[in-house]
Amino acid sequence: MSTLLSVEDLWVRFRGPNRVVEAVRGVSFTLGRERLGIVGESGSGKSMTGRAILRLIRPPGEMSARRLELDGTDLLALTERQMRAIRGHRISMIMQDPKFSLNPVVRVGEQIAEAYRAHARVDRREARVRALEMLHAVQIRDPERVYDAYPHEVSGGMGQRIMIAMMLVPEPDLLIADEPTSALDVTVQMQVLAIMDKLVREKGMGLIFISHDLNLVASFCDRVLIMYAGRIVETCEAKRLHEARHPYTRGLLASLPQIDKPVPRLAVLERDAAWRKQGGIDASV
Amino acid sequence: MPASETTALGSAGKAPKAPSERRAEAPARDALPPPAIAVSDLRVAFGKGAERFEAVRGVSFSVASGQSYGLVGESGSGKSTVLRAIAGLIDDWSGRIEVKGRPVEKKRRARSFYRTLQMVFQDPYGSLHPRHTVDRMLSEPLAFHRFDHIEKRIERVLEDVGLGPAFRFRYPHQLSGGQRQRIAIARALVLEPSILLLDEPTSALDVSVQAEILNLLKDLQAERRLTYLLVTHNLAVVAHMCSEIAVMNAGEIVEVMSVEQLRRMAPTHPYTRQLLDASTGYDAEKVARFERFA
Amino acid sequence: MNESREIPQHAPSWHEWLASDVPTSRLHARCVQLYLSWRAFRTNTLAMVGLFILLGLVLVAILGPLLITHDPYAQDLSKRLMPPGTGGFWLGSDELGRDIYSRIVMGAGITLYIVALVAVTAPLMGLIVGTLAGYLGGWVDNVLMRLTDIFLAFPKLVLALAFVAGLGAGLENAILALILTAWPPYARIARAETLTIRNSEFIDAVRMVGLGPLRIIVGHIWPLCLSSIIIRMTLDMAGIILTAAGLGFLGLGAQPPTPEWGAMISSGRKFVLDQWWVAAMPGLAIFTVSLGFNLLGDGLRDVLDPKSSGQGGGS
Repeated sequence: MSTLLSVEDLWVRFRGPNRVVEAVRGVSFTLGRERLGIVGESGSGKSMTGRAILRLIRPPGEMSARRLELDGTDLLALTERQMRAIRGHRISMIMQDPKFSLNPVVRVGEQIAEAYRAHARVDRREARVRALEMLHAVQIRDPERVYDAYPHEVSGGMGQRIMIAMMLVPEPDLLIADEPTSALDVTVQMQVLAIMDKLVREKGMGLIFISHDLNLVASFCDRVLIMYAGRIVETCEAKRLHEARHPYTRGLLASLPQIDKPVPRLAVLERDAAWRKQGGIDASV
Repeated sequence: MPASETTALGSAGKAPKAPSERRAEAPARDALPPPAIAVSDLRVAFGKGAERFEAVRGVSFSVASGQSYGLVGESGSGKSTVLRAIAGLIDDWSGRIEVKGRPVEKKRRARSFYRTLQMVFQDPYGSLHPRHTVDRMLSEPLAFHRFDHIEKRIERVLEDVGLGPAFRFRYPHQLSGGQRQRIAIARALVLEPSILLLDEPTSALDVSVQAEILNLLKDLQAERRLTYLLVTHNLAVVAHMCSEIAVMNAGEIVEVMSVEQLRRMAPTHPYTRQLLDASTGYDAEKVARFERFA
Repeated sequence: MNESREIPQHAPSWHEWLASDVPTSRLHARCVQLYLSWRAFRTNTLAMVGLFILLGLVLVAILGPLLITHDPYAQDLSKRLMPPGTGGFWLGSDELGRDIYSRIVMGAGITLYIVALVAVTAPLMGLIVGTLAGYLGGWVDNVLMRLTDIFLAFPKLVLALAFVAGLGAGLENAILALILTAWPPYARIARAETLTIRNSEFIDAVRMVGLGPLRIIVGHIWPLCLSSIIIRMTLDMAGIILTAAGLGFLGLGAQPPTPEWGAMISSGRKFVLDQWWVAAMPGLAIFTVSLGFNLLGDGLRDVLDPKSSGQGGGS
């Protein structure tokens, strides 16, 4: 499997007046054309890892890494202007709430067409055709009508599909999805995942899927990284997540109630101070 | 204890309903204690004229005293609206709601209602007043309901929810999500109600914190013989907490099942089936078969 | 997040007690909150300048009689319109030979009196009207807000003029007119804040205690509206001083020989080309105090803004 993205020793720090908060502490992994899940609880640094790959850490935050390469391009060496060309063209990101990512005063179809025109030199008519195709691909039944809708006129599930359409229309090499379906109902969530799954497979993209939902990641991804306190504590095949070894992962799994396995009391995760001190795992393949 | 413990819960002056309008289990009613909550033909509509939208369309169920009853559904199913109507946070509803055998009013409720029934909200970040200390949040209800030994009660309820006295004078921003939800539970319990309405109490929390809160709720129920009405979208959480589960879709209860039935993954209604499929992880083939239920 | 913070090993100092994460009493909790706000405020240099200007104004108003060099009412026509620094007049003398410096010092008290009365009454009126309208909604909202609109539709000075004309000229009536013209914006702000607060879960939670609307408004909604009201108030104070000065200037506020700053400018306008100091010196005083209020308001906005400082204590 060819390596699409390699991250080596990634750090994200936030400097406050009195103390430094280290959100990501030396994370290393590689990504092929696969679906990689990053799971962890809030504050584990999973979202910051996603943002750092796009170099989207704003001051007072700062990032550093020994290596950050996308398909042979050294992302650390690029200027901000060059980086902007990478974002959206070669790497796209889907956020949790589509309402904040879409421009509220521009019709959604035009936003998708614009995203496509920024990538490919085509005229408006062609961009419109492509945008409609894309809306169709994300299983929007009436693309013509949705094309002319404003973001506030669409439901949450529809909004997230539109986001996916917009992010995938430039055909990026890598898609980073940060809790893309957490705000949606379970059935809508599954439908959105199915669309993402299909498109990623067809276009041979790499996908980084950031989520707090262990079961979802286990069933959706190929490989999983488990993050705790800014480090990768364990990595395994998604199918084998339930055989995980690290006490943190085990504890998380045990604390989940299960429909078919009743327990009188749920296991409570006892956090061991040693986990925080342990070095992270290099999840490169 | 409050001075007037035996005040009527609702308006006793309402004409009694005709026998035919009573619920099916009415004959057994004289022998058994009344259900903690009984809802019949509840309807709630929002908006007026052409914008009128019926969020709850004729819902009936009853929760036995000491039981945990689950209400599951997706957003827009009307499950939270049912809860808010029972709590008195919505006053524009029709139908009949009885708490401990007494019908409740639509507008202002008697003080004693709030000493019988309390609510825990979904968002631990939004349900605590940002400028009030924990102490104020707990002492205000006690003072308003003229409880005695306020100091002792506050200390005890903080102990009961697993927080020490050290948390008493903190502001919400000095607490973690799990601690906030414990405070919210303490606030609900401080008036010593026998019924708790739980509106997605763990959906905003990390899974490990969720386990702690669910355990706490179970312990408190055993200690205080509480009745729970739990609203959630998470089937695993209801399966863990509740003995009976009503599934709601588009303002109606589509199925009522026992927890055993849920554990066997043997629902009868196709909507419940689909919800169950969606809750057990991603499976492309199952998703392809999803339909729309309205 | 991984916080690499130092844990103090020694007995807590005064500073640590004030910055404590675990207050031990109601008073302690309040002190910590105040201290943390003060610490955030202190870093804003301009706001501190504003605060010092206003503290200066208060001091001058209190110590006025000790600071003056002349009797502010004593006329000496032989020494009229003396330039600053001559004849023992630091800031010159006016057309009746009175010491401008002493009159400005004595006028500080009057300015403070106007500001204090308006600053307490107008925001309170606005707060009551706005939160009632916002929380109760329905016809109450309609009636109160249309009333507010009517008041807002008039230019401030014109409305104040009408009031004063109706009530008669004089400082007290000018203040009353200022209050009646100043409250509507506060009502607007309070209503807008209330509309967002009203639907939050913590208000639902106190409704579940059984509290009535009045207790909820005063105990739970007011504390959250207060910060934006205070900010607006400090920013408004400059305008109020200027309106009061304007009324004085038009002869409808404080009556001569009261050393009110606006009235002093008014009487100095006849000589503004040849004896500029007569009008410029009280003008400078108004400018300084207005600037002080504006700087303070900007600083308070950073500290008090509920959107940013809700989390501001701990981190």
